[in-house]
Amino acid sequence: MNRDDPEQLTITPDGRPTEEQPRWRQDFPIDWPQDEYRSRRDFAKLLGLTSLAFVVGQAWIVILSLLRKTRDRPQVREVAAVDEVPVGGSKLFNYPRQGDLCVLVRVSADEFVAYGQRCTHLSCPVIPRPDLGRFYCPCHEGWFDLFTGQPLAGPPRRPLPYVALQVRDGRVYAIGVGEGVV
Amino acid sequence: MPVPANLEFFIDPSRCIGCNACVQACSECDTHKGYSMIQLDYLDRASSPQTVPVVCMHCDSPTCAEVCPADAIKRMGDGVVQTARKPRCIACNNCVLACPFGVPKMHTAMQLMMKCDMCYDRASVGKKPMCTSVCPSQALFYGTREEIERLRPQSRPIKAFKFGQQIITTKVNLMVPKGAVIEHLDVVAAMAEATVGNRMNEDDVLLAGIELDE
Repeated sequence: MNRDDPEQLTITPDGRPTEEQPRWRQDFPIDWPQDEYRSRRDFAKLLGLTSLAFVVGQAWIVILSLLRKTRDRPQVREVAAVDEVPVGGSKLFNYPRQGDLCVLVRVSADEFVAYGQRCTHLSCPVIPRPDLGRFYCPCHEGWFDLFTGQPLAGPPRRPLPYVALQVRDGRVYAIGVGEGVV
Repeated sequence: MPVPANLEFFIDPSRCIGCNACVQACSECDTHKGYSMIQLDYLDRASSPQTVPVVCMHCDSPTCAEVCPADAIKRMGDGVVQTARKPRCIACNNCVLACPFGVPKMHTAMQLMMKCDMCYDRASVGKKPMCTSVCPSQALFYGTREEIERLRPQSRPIKAFKFGQQIITTKVNLMVPKGAVIEHLDVVAAMAEATVGNRMNEDDVLLAGIELDE
């Protein structure tokens, strides 16, 4: 045992130096100063590992959001031919994923609007009423504006999710979604 | 604050008169208030009134701490072996069974092993432990080595004990006759000898090498 070290007092029963002692003896020292030192070291280790865990967690969040952004980038999809939908008529389509039901409404000869079809109150399908300039939800008498998707009357408080459209070469394409989940 | 290095504990069992003053004083120490850590042993009660006060020897290799499965018994930087740490002690009794001197005491109700800690609250500020401050015959003495040499010209201190194959060195000293040749006390061998009363003989380990002039 190294007697020069003031913190290393205890002589082990076999009398051999510290280096030759089993690992557990270093982990569980009998001397109080050594034990305190181990506790400090353990505390520092705890702090270090906790910070590392935070860093890894943040990095994981960044990676996940990047992945989500790549995966959910709205693709351009053809919805309908211009001629297919008469003025005042509508057509249902799925966008951006299968099962995300949306409704396309031809407001005038060269004006289209599209929104998610689920009412923002309790997800009933809304019915386009171009004659009134509104969407109508029959479940609880909800009304939305046809041109903005804003709730006008009834229980809904949030606007219908908006689908960006582009008309090109006589065809209507969905090119993205607005705020909110379609 | 550590116990001053120049102050040492000396036990001279031959001076013990069995008055129990140390036992009572011990229980007044603040580190173990109400509990006496001293065991006053009778050597051979049938033939002799000789008693021995048993205080912790504060081994350099504390067997109690070696056997502690909960890592509860710690030795301070100044060499004093402390009572088990309360948050760690599991009251398993290992130390009580293992200590070669029979020092640790188990308090089952408290789930705690308590032992003589040389009155650490007193010794660490330079005061004498309770027992040494009251011992009328100074069988328990606490002071410098120079003091003990001046006060006990017939004795000298040893601090090594042999238990079977193991030699234990301690912080606390045991006084033996000055002429005794022994370097350590072989406890197992000594147990076979009658060292008190009329049956004392010249084969006594402590008297080896001493001219007995009766």
